[in-house]
Amino acid sequence: MSAPETADTHAEPDSFVFDEQSEALIPKIIAKYPAGRQASAVLPLLDLAQRQMKRATGSAWVPRVAMDTIAARLGMAPIRVYEVATFYLMFNTRPVGKWHLQLCTTTPCWLRGSDEVVATCRRITGIKGWGETSEDGQFTMTEVECVGACVNAPILQVNDDFYEDMDAAKTEALLEALKRNEPPKPGSMAGRQTSAPEGGPTTLTTLHLAPES
Amino acid sequence: MLSDKDRIFTNLYGIHDPFLAGARARGDWDGTAAILARGREAIVEEMKASGLRGRGGAGFPTGLKWSFMPKESDGRPCYLAVNADESEPGTCKDRDIIRHDPHKLVEGCLVAGFAMGAHAAYIYIRGEFYNEALNLQRAIDEAYEAGLIGPDACGSGWAFDVFLHRGAGAYICGEETALLESLEGKKGMPRLKPPFPAAVGLYGCPTTVNNVESIAVAPTILRRGAAWFSALGRPKNSGTKLFCISGHVNKPCNVEEELGIPLRELIDTYAGGVRGGWDNLLAVIPGGASVPVIPKSICDTVLMDFDSLREVRSGLGTAAVIVMDKSTDIIKAIARLSQFYKHESCGQCTPCREGTGWMMRVMNRMVEGRAEPEEIDTLDQVTRQVEGHTICALGDAAAWPIQGLIRHFRPVMEERIAAYKARRGAPKPTMPMAAE
Repeated sequence: MSAPETADTHAEPDSFVFDEQSEALIPKIIAKYPAGRQASAVLPLLDLAQRQMKRATGSAWVPRVAMDTIAARLGMAPIRVYEVATFYLMFNTRPVGKWHLQLCTTTPCWLRGSDEVVATCRRITGIKGWGETSEDGQFTMTEVECVGACVNAPILQVNDDFYEDMDAAKTEALLEALKRNEPPKPGSMAGRQTSAPEGGPTTLTTLHLAPES
Repeated sequence: MLSDKDRIFTNLYGIHDPFLAGARARGDWDGTAAILARGREAIVEEMKASGLRGRGGAGFPTGLKWSFMPKESDGRPCYLAVNADESEPGTCKDRDIIRHDPHKLVEGCLVAGFAMGAHAAYIYIRGEFYNEALNLQRAIDEAYEAGLIGPDACGSGWAFDVFLHRGAGAYICGEETALLESLEGKKGMPRLKPPFPAAVGLYGCPTTVNNVESIAVAPTILRRGAAWFSALGRPKNSGTKLFCISGHVNKPCNVEEELGIPLRELIDTYAGGVRGGWDNLLAVIPGGASVPVIPKSICDTVLMDFDSLREVRSGLGTAAVIVMDKSTDIIKAIARLSQFYKHESCGQCTPCREGTGWMMRVMNRMVEGRAEPEEIDTLDQVTRQVEGHTICALGDAAAWPIQGLIRHFRPVMEERIAAYKARRGAPKPTMPMAAE
């Protein structure tokens, strides 16, 4: 489903061991599922491995040896972990850049100008094809399907964060900030209150129930 | 027009504190123990009487669904699985519930779980909602600490756990049995039904899968009463609903309104109207990518509820309203959805695996006009060979947008083909159509 379409020539590490930070979380994750059902933890553990790789190498991806480690830990056949890791789009089976640009181009984002967000990303990073990483290793561009924030379209997801209400100028400013290692606060880049209409809410204006956060 | 006092999601935009203190101030967790004390049967009956229909797209009556769970345990545990895999293009309502009103969902898990005899709920949230998952986990932790869930939930004597499980990027996991497969640590490939999840679900145990919004509205319905909820909306389409208005409107937004609100009123009142005015409207996809597009002539008068949209051969779906003005290349807009379904097909059933790719390739030719007019009929026929011939509804969802396009915009497709011919001459097929 999500197999990379470009030539794959990266180097795989020889070993993978969960670090202390990951190890502290693993028992808590496995405890969420009934005894004997620890295979349920395969998605969370793959995510954990990917985050550990990000901490250790700066690139969020899951090497083959990490899948083997997870298979052994959960008592699964390695192939079961490989097929899960390649089925789900969010697991990167090869290295990605420091800033993983995930561009939604599905119809709601496209209607609001995702084409210009894509073009701006290409121009500034020099990346030509989907799934490729810039020469300086800073950026990878991935085309993603609907990320579920459509009233704030178009969306540019960077690593874990959504940058919303984008256009060409905002994309350029965002990428320049990322180059300086100064990611702005995620959310609407047009400055509006989450999913409320521009200019502020027109409903829920007559309630005074909750203290301001 | 719905008044604020009848709105359920009073922190929809995240202006107030989403966590326990703020949630309590908004009335969450108020008298939950008393609700549970009414008993399973009474809760299910109240939900049935409220007329609530599932908010995830299919519109199946929620109370009825809960009643399918076994009344007596045969020794297997029961589970509630909450579908927070919100991925239907156009839809972003559950995201707001999760990040801004997470306690409504956690409390809903308890009352729904109790009503179906479950001691545990798994909330399956799409992996991309990372920050949203952090908010929800914090709300779950707060609920445990306050004794609202846990070994003696709200002092009711009922043990109840809520677990958050993050997905990892697969639209298909929003299909209920694919969601269960994924929760079990497998690829998200839908299961054949029957057996239905209420008999054989998660880990082979009785399970009910509900959408986030369906669960999150339950505590308010039970507090304010079925009569209050069913008085809102229209007969058989009762209550309020979160609408997501995206695309070519002046002010895209989410808003909670009554079911049955006219589409035009919804767009004009809350989304600042269509870009360039109502007369600049071309078409609307009224319920997320899977439902057929409707042209302006229908949009002029149609009401936004399950049955009204069904009458015009579309659907309410998730109530994600995607608006397209006259500048839109409608063929391209639908072709992009064909690409979406091709990408998201799990590959299990041949009609869907092969059909979504075929439909996408032919749709891409239709965008150029590089086709023969008869091929429009062939395309329509193929959509009907995919529809209804797959394990899950993804095949149907891939077929319907194209059917809607052909039904309402066939002249546009024919014009495109004629324009291509006038420019380039008759297209030379690069391969036999069947092999495309």
